[in-house]
Amino acid sequence: MTQLNSYRSGPDERGHFGIFGGRYVSETLMPLILEVERAYAAARKDPSFQKELDYYLEHYVGRPSPLWLAERLTKALGGAKIYLKRDELNHTGAHKINSCMGQILLAQRMGKKRIIAETGAGQHGVATATVCALFGMSCTVYMGATDIARQAPNVFRMKLLGAEVKPVTSGTGTLKDAMNEALRDWVANVEDTYYIIGTVAGPHPYPMMVRDFQSVIGRETREQIMGFEGRLPDKLVACIGGGSNAMGLFHPFLDDKDVAMDAVEAAGLGLDSGKHAASLQGGRPGVLHGNRTYLLMNEDGQIDEAHSISAGLDYPGIGPEHSWLHEIKRVKYVAATDDEAIEAFKLLSRTEGILPALEPSHALAHVARIAPKLPKDYLIVMNLCGRGDKDIFTIGERLGVKL
Amino acid sequence: MSRLAGRFAELAKEGRAGLVTYVMAGDPDTTEAQKILDGLPAAGADVIELGLPFSDPMADGPAIQAAALRALNNGASTRKALAQLKKFREKDKTTPVVLMGYYNPIYIYGPERFCKDAAAAGADGLIVVDLPPEEDAELRPYAKEAGLDLVRLATPTTDDSRLPVVLEGASGFLYYVAVLGVTGTRSAASDDVSAAVARFRKTTKLPIAVGFGIKTPEGAAAIAKNADACVVGSALVQQVVEGPAAEAAGRVHGLVKALAGAVRAARAKRTA
Repeated sequence: MTQLNSYRSGPDERGHFGIFGGRYVSETLMPLILEVERAYAAARKDPSFQKELDYYLEHYVGRPSPLWLAERLTKALGGAKIYLKRDELNHTGAHKINSCMGQILLAQRMGKKRIIAETGAGQHGVATATVCALFGMSCTVYMGATDIARQAPNVFRMKLLGAEVKPVTSGTGTLKDAMNEALRDWVANVEDTYYIIGTVAGPHPYPMMVRDFQSVIGRETREQIMGFEGRLPDKLVACIGGGSNAMGLFHPFLDDKDVAMDAVEAAGLGLDSGKHAASLQGGRPGVLHGNRTYLLMNEDGQIDEAHSISAGLDYPGIGPEHSWLHEIKRVKYVAATDDEAIEAFKLLSRTEGILPALEPSHALAHVARIAPKLPKDYLIVMNLCGRGDKDIFTIGERLGVKL
Repeated sequence: MSRLAGRFAELAKEGRAGLVTYVMAGDPDTTEAQKILDGLPAAGADVIELGLPFSDPMADGPAIQAAALRALNNGASTRKALAQLKKFREKDKTTPVVLMGYYNPIYIYGPERFCKDAAAAGADGLIVVDLPPEEDAELRPYAKEAGLDLVRLATPTTDDSRLPVVLEGASGFLYYVAVLGVTGTRSAASDDVSAAVARFRKTTKLPIAVGFGIKTPEGAAAIAKNADACVVGSALVQQVVEGPAAEAAGRVHGLVKALAGAVRAARAKRTA
């Protein structure tokens, strides 16, 4: 057997990470996927593309995002030294815009006129609507009817930005159905439309491309932690739904053997409750939305509904590269429940003056579990991938406060 | 000769196009679905596509999505779909049946076991919508071993450079998806379809069936002038909900009769 000398060389030319990934799409979509693949391969090699992207990331998105030594949080937990990668400070309040910016520049290169996207919590929809407004492109966002009801502020934001928000009532009316509907739209509008997928999932080249665009998070982190500490961190922690923020933080460090990585899935009401979104810990390999990956499903291969208090983690699948990293054990996948996330939300708000989104609150719940038992010179970097303003209604309801 | 090849040879001899009818296994419930399937040949179906229900049918429009959900909500599964086919085969030994579905339920069933069980139940071919040529090496050898044709799809986006990829290893017939979009939404323009069919004939000897967007006897007749078969799915599945569930079979068969009549008369009209 050949020795794996890099964890960063995937996927292969057909889009596979081990047995995961691939291009499981209908024939109507196949030429489109191949077109995106060719266009991205050309853009990736073109220095002017990266230069243009860097320009927008710096002057519009506000990168680099700070790396913040959370001293009061560190003190409160009484162990490892905790740094927060502040991707919640990006324009639109989350990491999603990193990839939207890259993809809309690609769409423009391809001569596309119309953008479609799916969204769960609405963060990716808002980021997509934002870049569409910036570049004057038509924008249609598919969102499950169930999610529209629980994420009203983001729906309104998208509309203010000029996007059309199309409610999806098919299936369970959540993120997976919104993705089905976006794929259906794309099939019907192949000529002028580009589909901005929000996470490191979908058919090849999306998992690779979104990862590449999000890797700016890890590249900055490397430089910043070297500046503060003169060495790499001992552990990286990120939450995981589809897995784009985790992939973005982890990927530049995958070959650094001494850097451990924990990704935190949403355990919902508990992994044993059947009401969770932990595809790796509660699912098995299957094929959905263009790739083979771990999925939540029944014994007949019908996809199950996911559950999490955080709409952004509420997806029954996960990016294929994560499935691969899970099986080869390069990344450790753990989970945090709804209740643990709420506690972590409160902890960060009071110790650091930062309201985290419910998604990274899951990552923080894990940090709060492990940090007290670790030595004071142990360095943890956690990706604070979104801010919590969007979640105050959900949290208010949970805490019995009427807003 | 396989049932599919035999049926297309008969159709060629008769000088007419065939009617391929799509129905969803287990829709609206086990009993009525059996009645629907069993009565299709007598109503005029030349080939049957039996849909395997899936929770996330991304290439299908509202009618077939709803059919899949109805079936699943009434306890349908891949295993039960094969049982439904087996029962049909006890009475009908001649009408070819192609199973059409998505890959995940087949992958979970186990590709090898699925092909064996499907063939044993009386299936003649498979159409797996989200398994393009690039990925179907994990199913193709088992299908071949079980004697099942693996039907490939061509679409308006399948240009001359893509077509050989689609045709490599294809068997049974070539399924031309005549519209850009999901099942049952847009209507196919017959001029575009005949041009595409003419293009495919230059590169393949496989019979060409045309589907997606054919809703009425008139629409079917227009396609039947050039294609070897026309496929009607959404319009039939929609009949299931157009009245009382217990009378669904009658409504479906009624439309099949009308479609079959139009398809059979299509070329006669042309020469008249």
